[in-house]
Amino acid sequence: MNVALVIIFAFLALAVYLGIRARRGKDMDLEEWAVGGRSFGTIFIFVLLAGEIYTTFTFLGGSGWAYGEGGPAFYILSYGCLAYIMSYWLLPAVWRYAKENRLHSQADFFASKYESSALGVLVSLVAVIAMVPYLALQFQGLGLIVSEASYGAISSTVAAIIGTVAVTVYVIISGIHGSAWTAVAKDIMVLVVVVFLGIYLPFALYGGIGEMFREIQAQKPGFLVLPDEGYSPAWFVSTVLLTALGFYMWPHTFGSVFTAENARVIRRNATFLPLYQLILLFVFFVGFAAVLQVPGLGGEKVDLALLRLSKEEFSASVVGLIGATGLLTALVPGSMLLMVSSTVLAKNVYKVFVPSTSEQRVSILAKILVPIVAAVSLWFSLQSGQGIVLLLLLGYSLVTQLFPALLFSLMPNNFVTKWGAAAGIVAGVLTVTYVTVKETTIGQLFPFLPEEIADTNIGIVALVVNFAVLLIVSLATGGLAVRREQSA
Amino acid sequence: MRLVYLLAALPFVGILVGTPFVNQAEPFVLGLPFILFWIVMWVILSSVIMAIIYAVDPANKEGDEG
Repeated sequence: MNVALVIIFAFLALAVYLGIRARRGKDMDLEEWAVGGRSFGTIFIFVLLAGEIYTTFTFLGGSGWAYGEGGPAFYILSYGCLAYIMSYWLLPAVWRYAKENRLHSQADFFASKYESSALGVLVSLVAVIAMVPYLALQFQGLGLIVSEASYGAISSTVAAIIGTVAVTVYVIISGIHGSAWTAVAKDIMVLVVVVFLGIYLPFALYGGIGEMFREIQAQKPGFLVLPDEGYSPAWFVSTVLLTALGFYMWPHTFGSVFTAENARVIRRNATFLPLYQLILLFVFFVGFAAVLQVPGLGGEKVDLALLRLSKEEFSASVVGLIGATGLLTALVPGSMLLMVSSTVLAKNVYKVFVPSTSEQRVSILAKILVPIVAAVSLWFSLQSGQGIVLLLLLGYSLVTQLFPALLFSLMPNNFVTKWGAAAGIVAGVLTVTYVTVKETTIGQLFPFLPEEIADTNIGIVALVVNFAVLLIVSLATGGLAVRREQSA
Repeated sequence: MRLVYLLAALPFVGILVGTPFVNQAEPFVLGLPFILFWIVMWVILSSVIMAIIYAVDPANKEGDEG
Protein backbone atom coordinates (compact mmCIF):
# COMPACT_ATOMS: atom_id res chain seq x y z
CA MET A 1 0.00 0.00 0.00
CA ASN A 2 1.43 3.39 -0.94
CA VAL A 3 1.42 6.64 0.99
CA ALA A 4 -1.53 8.10 -0.96
CA LEU A 5 -3.79 5.16 -0.13
CA VAL A 6 -2.70 5.14 3.51
CA ILE A 7 -3.70 8.81 3.84
CA ILE A 8 -7.05 8.24 2.15
CA PHE A 9 -7.92 5.27 4.35
CA ALA A 10 -6.74 7.19 7.43
CA PHE A 11 -9.29 9.91 6.60
CA LEU A 12 -11.96 7.29 6.08
CA ALA A 13 -11.20 5.80 9.49
CA LEU A 14 -11.29 9.27 11.05
CA ALA A 15 -14.68 9.99 9.46
CA VAL A 16 -16.12 6.74 10.82
CA TYR A 17 -14.62 7.48 14.25
CA LEU A 18 -16.22 10.95 14.28
CA GLY A 19 -19.49 9.32 13.31
CA ILE A 20 -19.35 6.84 16.19
CA ARG A 21 -18.28 9.51 18.66
CA ALA A 22 -21.09 11.86 17.61
CA ARG A 23 -23.58 9.07 18.25
CA ARG A 24 -22.23 7.81 21.55
CA GLY A 25 -24.44 8.31 24.58
CA LYS A 26 -27.53 8.75 22.47
CA ASP A 27 -30.23 6.25 21.79
CA MET A 28 -31.34 7.38 18.38
CA ASP A 29 -34.85 7.05 17.09
CA LEU A 30 -35.72 7.71 13.45
CA GLU A 31 -36.39 11.39 14.04
CA GLU A 32 -32.93 11.92 15.51
CA TRP A 33 -31.23 9.70 13.02
CA ALA A 34 -32.75 11.58 10.12
CA VAL A 35 -32.85 15.24 11.07
CA GLY A 36 -30.42 15.34 13.93
CA GLY A 37 -33.26 15.79 16.38
CA ARG A 38 -33.64 19.31 14.97
CA SER A 39 -31.07 20.33 17.53
CA PHE A 40 -28.33 21.61 15.25
CA GLY A 41 -27.51 25.27 15.51
CA THR A 42 -27.79 27.71 12.66
CA ILE A 43 -24.14 27.32 11.73
CA PHE A 44 -24.40 23.56 11.38
CA ILE A 45 -27.52 23.84 9.25
CA PHE A 46 -25.70 26.36 7.10
CA VAL A 47 -22.66 24.13 6.74
CA LEU A 48 -24.86 21.20 5.79
CA LEU A 49 -26.74 23.34 3.29
CA ALA A 50 -23.61 24.81 1.72
CA GLY A 51 -21.74 21.53 1.95
CA GLU A 52 -24.38 19.77 -0.11
CA ILE A 53 -23.41 21.89 -3.11
CA TYR A 54 -19.85 20.58 -3.15
CA THR A 55 -20.07 16.93 -3.92
CA THR A 56 -17.82 14.70 -5.92
CA PHE A 57 -19.91 16.00 -8.81
CA THR A 58 -18.24 19.40 -8.60
CA PHE A 59 -14.83 18.11 -7.52
CA LEU A 60 -14.30 15.44 -10.18
CA GLY A 61 -17.24 15.98 -12.55
CA GLY A 62 -16.86 19.78 -12.80
CA SER A 63 -13.14 19.61 -13.50
CA GLY A 64 -13.70 16.60 -15.76
CA TRP A 65 -16.19 18.46 -17.91
CA ALA A 66 -14.02 21.57 -18.12
CA TYR A 67 -11.27 19.22 -19.31
CA GLY A 68 -13.37 17.11 -21.67
CA GLU A 69 -15.99 19.53 -23.00
CA GLY A 70 -14.67 23.01 -22.24
CA GLY A 71 -17.32 25.76 -22.51
CA PRO A 72 -20.38 23.57 -21.79
CA ALA A 73 -19.03 22.99 -18.26
CA PHE A 74 -19.98 26.61 -17.46
CA TYR A 75 -23.59 25.50 -17.05
CA ILE A 76 -22.52 24.11 -13.64
CA LEU A 77 -21.78 27.65 -12.47
CA SER A 78 -24.99 29.11 -13.91
CA TYR A 79 -27.96 27.33 -12.40
CA GLY A 80 -27.34 27.64 -8.68
CA CYS A 81 -27.79 31.41 -8.55
CA LEU A 82 -31.07 31.19 -10.47
CA ALA A 83 -32.31 28.48 -8.10
CA TYR A 84 -31.45 30.65 -5.09
CA ILE A 85 -33.33 33.60 -6.56
CA MET A 86 -36.45 31.45 -7.00
CA SER A 87 -35.99 30.06 -3.50
CA TYR A 88 -36.57 33.54 -2.07
CA TRP A 89 -40.27 33.24 -2.88
CA LEU A 90 -40.74 29.50 -3.34
CA LEU A 91 -39.30 28.18 -0.09
CA PRO A 92 -40.99 30.56 2.38
CA ALA A 93 -44.35 29.60 0.81
CA VAL A 94 -43.52 25.92 1.33
CA TRP A 95 -42.18 26.62 4.83
CA ARG A 96 -45.33 28.49 5.93
CA TYR A 97 -47.69 25.80 4.65
CA ALA A 98 -45.57 23.03 6.16
CA LYS A 99 -45.54 24.77 9.52
CA GLU A 100 -49.29 25.44 9.57
CA ASN A 101 -50.02 21.82 8.73
CA ARG A 102 -47.19 20.24 10.75
CA LEU A 103 -45.59 18.53 7.78
CA HIS A 104 -42.20 16.85 7.90
CA SER A 105 -41.30 15.80 4.38
CA GLN A 106 -41.66 16.45 0.69
CA ALA A 107 -44.11 13.55 0.38
CA ASP A 108 -46.23 14.98 3.23
CA PHE A 109 -46.34 18.27 1.39
CA PHE A 110 -47.66 16.89 -1.90
CA ALA A 111 -50.03 14.51 -0.08
CA SER A 112 -51.47 17.35 1.96
CA LYS A 113 -51.76 19.88 -0.87
CA TYR A 114 -53.49 17.44 -3.22
CA GLU A 115 -55.29 15.52 -0.46
CA SER A 116 -53.91 12.24 -1.71
CA SER A 117 -51.53 9.98 0.17
CA ALA A 118 -51.06 8.02 -3.07
CA LEU A 119 -49.56 11.14 -4.68
CA GLY A 120 -47.18 11.35 -1.72
CA VAL A 121 -46.07 7.79 -2.47
CA LEU A 122 -45.61 8.57 -6.18
CA VAL A 123 -43.54 11.67 -5.40
CA SER A 124 -41.40 9.64 -2.99
CA LEU A 125 -40.77 6.92 -5.54
CA VAL A 126 -39.83 9.39 -8.29
CA ALA A 127 -37.49 11.20 -5.91
CA VAL A 128 -35.78 7.98 -4.83
CA ILE A 129 -35.41 6.81 -8.45
CA ALA A 130 -33.88 10.19 -9.33
CA MET A 131 -31.44 9.80 -6.45
CA VAL A 132 -30.08 6.51 -7.81
CA PRO A 133 -27.92 8.14 -10.52
CA TYR A 134 -27.01 10.87 -8.00
CA LEU A 135 -25.79 8.19 -5.58
CA ALA A 136 -24.20 6.20 -8.38
CA LEU A 137 -21.98 9.14 -9.29
CA GLN A 138 -20.72 9.45 -5.70
CA PHE A 139 -19.72 5.78 -5.71
CA GLN A 140 -18.18 6.16 -9.14
CA GLY A 141 -16.17 9.13 -7.85
CA LEU A 142 -15.01 7.15 -4.82
CA GLY A 143 -13.96 4.34 -7.12
CA LEU A 144 -11.90 6.70 -9.30
CA ILE A 145 -10.18 8.24 -6.29
CA VAL A 146 -9.22 4.98 -4.61
CA SER A 147 -8.20 3.39 -7.91
CA GLU A 148 -6.05 6.35 -9.01
CA ALA A 149 -4.47 6.71 -5.57
CA SER A 150 -3.51 3.04 -5.66
CA TYR A 151 -1.47 3.84 -8.79
CA GLY A 152 -3.17 1.01 -10.65
CA ALA A 153 -3.09 -1.64 -7.91
CA ILE A 154 -6.88 -1.54 -7.39
CA SER A 155 -9.22 -1.60 -10.39
CA SER A 156 -11.92 1.10 -10.49
CA THR A 157 -14.67 -1.54 -10.18
CA VAL A 158 -13.19 -3.04 -7.02
CA ALA A 159 -12.54 0.48 -5.76
CA ALA A 160 -16.17 1.48 -6.38
CA ILE A 161 -17.31 -1.57 -4.38
CA ILE A 162 -14.96 -0.61 -1.52
CA GLY A 163 -16.33 2.94 -1.65
CA THR A 164 -19.94 1.77 -1.57
CA VAL A 165 -19.33 -0.50 1.40
CA ALA A 166 -17.56 2.34 3.21
CA VAL A 167 -20.44 4.78 2.70
CA THR A 168 -23.01 2.15 3.68
CA VAL A 169 -21.23 1.21 6.90
CA TYR A 170 -20.72 4.89 7.66
CA VAL A 171 -24.42 5.68 7.28
CA ILE A 172 -25.57 2.73 9.37
CA ILE A 173 -23.14 3.58 12.18
CA SER A 174 -23.51 7.31 12.35
CA GLY A 175 -26.64 8.72 10.71
CA ILE A 176 -26.64 12.47 10.20
CA HIS A 177 -24.56 13.36 13.27
CA GLY A 178 -21.56 11.81 11.60
CA SER A 179 -22.18 13.72 8.42
CA ALA A 180 -22.40 17.02 10.25
CA TRP A 181 -18.97 16.69 11.86
CA THR A 182 -17.38 15.33 8.74
CA ALA A 183 -19.12 18.03 6.68
CA VAL A 184 -17.20 20.68 8.60
CA ALA A 185 -13.91 18.94 7.87
CA LYS A 186 -14.93 18.41 4.27
CA ASP A 187 -15.91 22.03 3.64
CA ILE A 188 -12.63 23.34 4.99
CA MET A 189 -10.56 20.78 3.09
CA VAL A 190 -12.36 21.18 -0.21
CA LEU A 191 -12.00 24.94 0.02
CA VAL A 192 -8.25 24.75 0.70
CA VAL A 193 -7.53 22.05 -1.86
CA VAL A 194 -9.64 23.43 -4.70
CA VAL A 195 -8.46 27.02 -4.30
CA PHE A 196 -4.86 25.86 -4.03
CA LEU A 197 -5.02 23.62 -7.10
CA GLY A 198 -7.04 26.16 -9.08
CA ILE A 199 -4.41 28.85 -8.57
CA TYR A 200 -1.22 26.79 -8.31
CA LEU A 201 -1.67 24.67 -11.43
CA PRO A 202 -2.41 27.50 -13.93
CA PHE A 203 0.47 29.57 -12.55
CA ALA A 204 2.97 26.71 -12.37
CA LEU A 205 2.12 25.32 -15.79
CA TYR A 206 1.16 28.41 -17.81
CA GLY A 207 2.32 31.42 -15.83
CA GLY A 208 -1.19 32.57 -14.92
CA ILE A 209 -4.90 32.05 -15.37
CA GLY A 210 -5.29 34.49 -18.27
CA GLU A 211 -2.19 33.00 -19.92
CA MET A 212 -3.66 29.52 -19.55
CA PHE A 213 -6.93 30.48 -21.26
CA ARG A 214 -5.06 32.27 -24.07
CA GLU A 215 -2.89 29.23 -24.63
CA ILE A 216 -5.95 26.94 -24.81
CA GLN A 217 -7.68 29.40 -27.15
CA ALA A 218 -4.60 29.39 -29.40
CA GLN A 219 -4.21 25.61 -29.47
CA LYS A 220 -7.87 24.57 -29.40
CA PRO A 221 -9.95 27.40 -30.89
CA GLY A 222 -13.63 27.08 -29.97
CA PHE A 223 -12.95 24.92 -26.90
CA LEU A 224 -13.75 27.71 -24.43
CA VAL A 225 -17.21 28.40 -25.83
CA LEU A 226 -20.38 26.44 -26.55
CA PRO A 227 -20.14 24.45 -29.80
CA ASP A 228 -22.61 24.92 -32.67
CA GLU A 229 -24.19 21.52 -32.17
CA GLY A 230 -24.46 19.00 -29.38
CA TYR A 231 -23.79 20.99 -26.20
CA SER A 232 -24.91 24.07 -28.09
CA PRO A 233 -26.40 27.31 -26.73
CA ALA A 234 -29.87 25.65 -26.93
CA TRP A 235 -28.57 22.80 -24.80
CA PHE A 236 -26.98 25.26 -22.37
CA VAL A 237 -30.13 27.32 -21.87
CA SER A 238 -32.43 24.30 -21.47
CA THR A 239 -30.01 22.56 -19.11
CA VAL A 240 -29.54 25.62 -16.89
CA LEU A 241 -33.33 26.02 -16.75
CA LEU A 242 -33.87 22.32 -15.97
CA THR A 243 -31.32 22.20 -13.17
CA ALA A 244 -32.42 25.53 -11.69
CA LEU A 245 -36.05 24.35 -11.52
CA GLY A 246 -35.00 20.97 -10.12
CA PHE A 247 -32.57 22.35 -7.55
CA TYR A 248 -35.06 22.26 -4.67
CA MET A 249 -37.02 19.23 -5.84
CA TRP A 250 -34.66 16.69 -4.26
CA PRO A 251 -36.02 15.33 -0.99
CA HIS A 252 -32.94 16.57 0.88
CA THR A 253 -32.95 20.10 -0.57
CA PHE A 254 -36.74 20.35 -0.23
CA GLY A 255 -36.36 18.92 3.26
CA SER A 256 -33.89 21.62 4.30
CA VAL A 257 -36.91 23.94 4.42
CA PHE A 258 -38.49 21.95 7.25
CA THR A 259 -35.48 22.41 9.49
CA ALA A 260 -35.32 26.19 9.00
CA GLU A 261 -36.14 28.28 12.07
CA ASN A 262 -38.11 30.87 10.15
CA ALA A 263 -38.80 32.16 6.66
CA ARG A 264 -36.44 35.09 7.09
CA VAL A 265 -33.45 32.77 7.43
CA ILE A 266 -34.43 31.14 4.14
CA ARG A 267 -34.67 34.53 2.40
CA ARG A 268 -31.37 35.66 3.86
CA ASN A 269 -29.68 32.52 2.50
CA ALA A 270 -30.84 33.52 -0.99
CA THR A 271 -28.76 36.70 -0.74
CA PHE A 272 -25.35 35.16 -0.14
CA LEU A 273 -25.54 31.54 -1.31
CA PRO A 274 -25.03 32.59 -4.98
CA LEU A 275 -21.52 33.78 -4.05
CA TYR A 276 -20.69 30.28 -2.81
CA GLN A 277 -20.94 29.13 -6.40
CA LEU A 278 -17.83 31.08 -7.34
CA ILE A 279 -15.61 28.41 -5.81
CA LEU A 280 -16.56 26.41 -8.91
CA LEU A 281 -14.28 28.71 -10.89
CA PHE A 282 -11.26 27.09 -9.26
CA VAL A 283 -12.60 23.66 -10.14
CA PHE A 284 -12.84 24.78 -13.77
CA PHE A 285 -9.28 26.16 -13.65
CA VAL A 286 -7.99 22.73 -12.60
CA GLY A 287 -9.85 21.05 -15.46
CA PHE A 288 -8.61 23.58 -18.02
CA ALA A 289 -5.05 23.32 -16.70
CA ALA A 290 -5.21 19.60 -17.48
CA VAL A 291 -6.36 20.10 -21.09
CA LEU A 292 -2.92 20.60 -22.60
CA GLN A 293 -1.01 18.70 -19.88
CA VAL A 294 -2.68 15.27 -19.71
CA PRO A 295 -4.44 14.99 -23.07
CA GLY A 296 -6.12 11.85 -24.31
CA LEU A 297 -8.71 11.08 -21.64
CA GLY A 298 -12.08 10.59 -23.35
CA GLY A 299 -15.62 9.46 -22.52
CA GLU A 300 -16.18 8.76 -18.82
CA LYS A 301 -12.40 8.92 -18.29
CA VAL A 302 -12.56 12.75 -18.32
CA ASP A 303 -13.50 12.55 -14.64
CA LEU A 304 -9.90 11.48 -13.99
CA ALA A 305 -8.48 14.83 -15.18
CA LEU A 306 -7.99 16.37 -11.72
CA LEU A 307 -6.44 13.23 -10.24
CA ARG A 308 -4.18 12.52 -13.22
CA LEU A 309 -2.80 16.05 -13.31
CA SER A 310 -2.27 15.96 -9.53
CA LYS A 311 -0.32 12.72 -9.87
CA GLU A 312 1.93 14.31 -12.51
CA GLU A 313 2.59 17.42 -10.46
CA PHE A 314 2.72 16.29 -6.85
CA SER A 315 4.23 13.63 -4.60
CA ALA A 316 2.19 10.67 -3.42
CA SER A 317 1.47 12.23 -0.03
CA VAL A 318 -0.06 15.35 -1.61
CA VAL A 319 -2.05 13.12 -3.95
CA GLY A 320 -3.21 11.32 -0.80
CA LEU A 321 -4.52 14.58 0.69
CA ILE A 322 -6.26 15.50 -2.55
CA GLY A 323 -7.74 12.02 -2.72
CA ALA A 324 -8.87 12.26 0.91
CA THR A 325 -10.68 15.51 0.09
CA GLY A 326 -12.31 13.77 -2.84
CA LEU A 327 -13.27 10.92 -0.54
CA LEU A 328 -15.02 13.35 1.82
CA THR A 329 -16.82 15.11 -1.05
CA ALA A 330 -18.30 11.73 -1.98
CA LEU A 331 -18.78 10.39 1.55
CA VAL A 332 -20.69 13.33 3.03
CA PRO A 333 -23.29 13.89 0.29
CA GLY A 334 -23.33 10.17 -0.49
CA SER A 335 -24.24 9.26 3.09
CA MET A 336 -26.82 12.05 3.16
CA LEU A 337 -28.46 10.87 -0.08
CA LEU A 338 -28.37 7.25 1.02
CA MET A 339 -29.96 8.04 4.34
CA VAL A 340 -32.65 10.27 2.86
CA SER A 341 -33.66 7.78 0.19
CA SER A 342 -33.87 4.89 2.69
CA THR A 343 -35.88 6.99 5.14
CA VAL A 344 -38.25 8.13 2.38
CA LEU A 345 -38.84 4.55 1.27
CA ALA A 346 -39.53 3.36 4.82
CA LYS A 347 -41.58 6.30 6.04
CA ASN A 348 -43.30 7.74 2.98
CA VAL A 349 -43.85 4.55 1.00
CA TYR A 350 -43.94 1.50 3.29
CA LYS A 351 -45.71 3.15 6.22
CA VAL A 352 -48.44 4.53 3.94
CA PHE A 353 -49.32 0.99 2.89
CA VAL A 354 -48.99 -0.43 6.41
CA PRO A 355 -50.11 2.44 8.66
CA SER A 356 -50.02 0.27 11.78
CA THR A 357 -46.19 0.04 11.57
CA SER A 358 -44.59 1.44 14.71
CA GLU A 359 -41.97 4.20 14.53
CA GLN A 360 -39.41 1.73 15.79
CA ARG A 361 -40.13 -0.71 12.99
CA VAL A 362 -39.97 2.06 10.39
CA SER A 363 -36.60 3.02 11.83
CA ILE A 364 -35.32 -0.56 11.58
CA LEU A 365 -36.67 -0.87 8.04
CA ALA A 366 -34.88 2.35 7.00
CA LYS A 367 -31.58 0.87 8.19
CA ILE A 368 -32.24 -2.40 6.38
CA LEU A 369 -32.93 -0.43 3.19
CA VAL A 370 -29.58 1.42 3.34
CA PRO A 371 -27.44 -1.43 1.93
CA ILE A 372 -30.16 -2.31 -0.60
CA VAL A 373 -30.36 1.21 -2.04
CA ALA A 374 -26.55 1.35 -2.02
CA ALA A 375 -26.29 -1.93 -3.92
CA VAL A 376 -28.81 -0.79 -6.56
CA SER A 377 -26.91 2.48 -7.05
CA LEU A 378 -23.58 0.68 -7.29
CA TRP A 379 -25.03 -1.66 -9.90
CA PHE A 380 -26.36 1.35 -11.81
CA SER A 381 -22.95 3.02 -11.66
CA LEU A 382 -21.17 -0.06 -13.00
CA GLN A 383 -23.76 -0.60 -15.73
CA SER A 384 -24.21 2.92 -17.02
CA GLY A 385 -20.70 3.59 -18.33
CA GLN A 386 -21.53 7.28 -18.16
CA GLY A 387 -19.48 10.09 -16.72
CA ILE A 388 -20.33 11.91 -13.51
CA VAL A 389 -21.95 14.98 -15.09
CA LEU A 390 -24.26 12.98 -17.34
CA LEU A 391 -25.37 10.86 -14.37
CA LEU A 392 -26.38 13.95 -12.42
CA LEU A 393 -28.19 15.40 -15.44
CA LEU A 394 -30.21 12.17 -15.66
CA GLY A 395 -31.17 12.56 -12.01
CA TYR A 396 -32.19 16.18 -12.63
CA SER A 397 -34.27 15.23 -15.68
CA LEU A 398 -36.26 12.91 -13.40
CA VAL A 399 -36.57 14.97 -10.24
CA THR A 400 -37.51 18.21 -12.03
CA GLN A 401 -40.73 16.49 -13.14
CA LEU A 402 -42.04 17.28 -9.65
CA PHE A 403 -41.78 21.01 -10.27
CA PRO A 404 -45.06 21.76 -12.15
CA ALA A 405 -47.23 20.02 -9.53
CA LEU A 406 -45.42 21.89 -6.76
CA LEU A 407 -45.70 25.27 -8.46
CA PHE A 408 -49.44 24.94 -9.09
CA SER A 409 -50.04 23.70 -5.55
CA LEU A 410 -48.75 27.02 -4.21
CA MET A 411 -51.14 29.08 -6.31
CA PRO A 412 -54.46 30.27 -5.01
CA ASN A 413 -57.36 28.55 -6.84
CA ASN A 414 -55.16 25.70 -8.01
CA PHE A 415 -57.06 23.96 -10.81
CA VAL A 416 -54.69 20.99 -10.96
CA THR A 417 -56.28 17.83 -9.56
CA LYS A 418 -54.42 14.97 -7.90
CA TRP A 419 -55.01 12.98 -11.09
CA GLY A 420 -53.54 15.75 -13.22
CA ALA A 421 -50.51 16.10 -10.96
CA ALA A 422 -49.88 12.35 -10.91
CA ALA A 423 -50.41 11.87 -14.66
CA GLY A 424 -48.07 14.77 -15.46
CA ILE A 425 -45.30 13.42 -13.24
CA VAL A 426 -45.67 9.90 -14.66
CA ALA A 427 -45.71 11.20 -18.27
CA GLY A 428 -42.56 13.28 -17.65
CA VAL A 429 -40.68 10.42 -15.99
CA LEU A 430 -41.69 7.98 -18.74
CA THR A 431 -40.48 10.40 -21.41
CA VAL A 432 -37.07 10.70 -19.73
CA THR A 433 -36.86 6.94 -19.19
CA TYR A 434 -37.77 6.13 -22.78
CA VAL A 435 -35.17 8.46 -24.26
CA THR A 436 -32.50 7.33 -21.78
CA VAL A 437 -33.09 3.60 -22.20
CA LYS A 438 -33.28 3.91 -25.99
CA GLU A 439 -30.05 5.94 -25.82
CA THR A 440 -31.52 8.38 -28.30
CA THR A 441 -31.89 12.16 -28.47
CA ILE A 442 -34.66 14.49 -29.52
CA GLY A 443 -32.73 15.14 -32.73
CA GLN A 444 -32.63 11.42 -33.56
CA LEU A 445 -36.29 10.86 -32.74
CA PHE A 446 -37.41 13.81 -34.86
CA PRO A 447 -34.68 14.38 -37.49
CA PHE A 448 -36.64 17.15 -39.19
CA LEU A 449 -36.31 19.49 -36.22
CA PRO A 450 -33.87 22.40 -36.44
CA GLU A 451 -30.63 22.15 -34.45
CA GLU A 452 -31.85 24.59 -31.78
CA ILE A 453 -34.69 22.29 -30.74
CA ALA A 454 -32.81 19.03 -31.37
CA ASP A 455 -30.17 19.94 -28.76
CA THR A 456 -32.72 20.81 -26.08
CA ASN A 457 -32.15 18.88 -22.86
CA ILE A 458 -34.50 15.89 -22.68
CA GLY A 459 -35.55 16.89 -19.17
CA ILE A 460 -37.05 20.13 -20.51
CA VAL A 461 -38.84 18.29 -23.33
CA ALA A 462 -40.26 15.89 -20.72
CA LEU A 463 -41.28 18.89 -18.63
CA VAL A 464 -43.35 20.20 -21.55
CA VAL A 465 -45.00 16.76 -21.95
CA ASN A 466 -45.55 16.70 -18.18
CA PHE A 467 -47.21 20.13 -18.25
CA ALA A 468 -49.48 19.26 -21.20
CA VAL A 469 -50.66 16.01 -19.58
CA LEU A 470 -51.14 17.74 -16.24
CA LEU A 471 -53.33 20.36 -17.91
CA ILE A 472 -55.45 17.94 -19.95
CA VAL A 473 -55.99 15.41 -17.16
CA SER A 474 -56.79 18.15 -14.65
CA LEU A 475 -59.45 19.58 -16.93
CA ALA A 476 -60.83 16.12 -17.70
CA THR A 477 -61.07 15.24 -14.01
CA GLY A 478 -63.04 18.34 -13.12
CA GLY A 479 -60.30 20.73 -12.14
CA LEU A 480 -61.98 23.66 -13.86
CA ALA A 481 -65.36 22.79 -12.35
CA VAL A 482 -63.84 22.82 -8.90
CA ARG A 483 -62.34 26.21 -9.55
CA ARG A 484 -65.67 27.60 -10.80
CA GLU A 485 -67.37 26.33 -7.67
CA GLN A 486 -64.77 28.00 -5.51
CA SER A 487 -64.94 31.32 -7.28
CA ALA A 488 -68.75 31.28 -7.61
CA MET B 1 -46.08 43.26 -6.55
CA ARG B 2 -43.40 45.80 -5.78
CA LEU B 3 -41.42 47.04 -8.74
CA VAL B 4 -38.10 46.23 -7.10
CA TYR B 5 -38.96 42.52 -7.32
CA LEU B 6 -38.57 42.81 -11.08
CA LEU B 7 -34.83 43.14 -10.49
CA ALA B 8 -34.84 39.42 -9.69
CA ALA B 9 -35.75 38.68 -13.31
CA LEU B 10 -32.54 40.26 -14.60
CA PRO B 11 -30.18 37.32 -13.87
CA PHE B 12 -32.63 35.00 -15.66
CA VAL B 13 -32.55 37.26 -18.71
CA GLY B 14 -28.79 37.69 -18.45
CA ILE B 15 -27.99 33.99 -18.22
CA LEU B 16 -30.82 32.27 -20.11
CA VAL B 17 -31.28 34.83 -22.89
CA GLY B 18 -27.95 36.64 -22.88
CA THR B 19 -25.42 33.78 -22.82
CA PRO B 20 -26.08 32.56 -26.41
CA PHE B 21 -25.31 36.11 -27.58
CA VAL B 22 -21.97 36.30 -25.76
CA ASN B 23 -20.81 32.81 -26.75
CA GLN B 24 -17.26 33.94 -27.48
CA ALA B 25 -13.84 33.59 -25.87
CA GLU B 26 -12.64 37.08 -26.73
CA PRO B 27 -12.21 39.64 -25.37
CA PHE B 28 -10.70 38.05 -22.27
CA VAL B 29 -11.83 39.93 -19.16
CA LEU B 30 -9.85 39.50 -15.92
CA GLY B 31 -8.14 36.64 -17.71
CA LEU B 32 -11.42 34.79 -18.25
CA PRO B 33 -12.98 33.94 -21.62
CA PHE B 34 -15.81 36.42 -22.20
CA ILE B 35 -18.63 33.88 -21.83
CA LEU B 36 -17.24 32.76 -18.45
CA PHE B 37 -16.78 36.34 -17.30
CA TRP B 38 -20.40 37.05 -18.32
CA ILE B 39 -21.69 34.18 -16.15
CA VAL B 40 -19.48 35.12 -13.19
CA MET B 41 -20.77 38.68 -13.45
CA TRP B 42 -24.38 37.48 -13.23
CA VAL B 43 -23.64 35.19 -10.29
CA ILE B 44 -22.27 38.16 -8.37
CA LEU B 45 -25.11 40.43 -9.51
CA SER B 46 -27.62 37.78 -8.35
CA SER B 47 -26.25 38.13 -4.85
CA VAL B 48 -26.29 41.94 -5.02
CA ILE B 49 -29.85 42.03 -6.36
CA MET B 50 -31.16 39.62 -3.74
CA ALA B 51 -29.45 41.65 -1.01
CA ILE B 52 -31.28 44.76 -2.26
CA ILE B 53 -34.60 42.91 -2.37
CA TYR B 54 -33.99 41.49 1.09
CA ALA B 55 -33.25 44.94 2.45
CA VAL B 56 -36.42 46.58 1.11
CA ASP B 57 -38.80 43.60 1.58
CA PRO B 58 -41.17 44.56 4.43
CA ALA B 59 -41.60 40.86 5.27
CA ASN B 60 -38.07 40.79 6.68
CA LYS B 61 -38.78 43.59 9.13
CA GLU B 62 -41.60 41.69 10.87
CA GLY B 63 -41.16 39.09 13.56
CA ASP B 64 -40.01 35.55 13.05
CA GLU B 65 -43.22 34.48 11.35
CA GLY B 66 -42.52 36.51 8.16
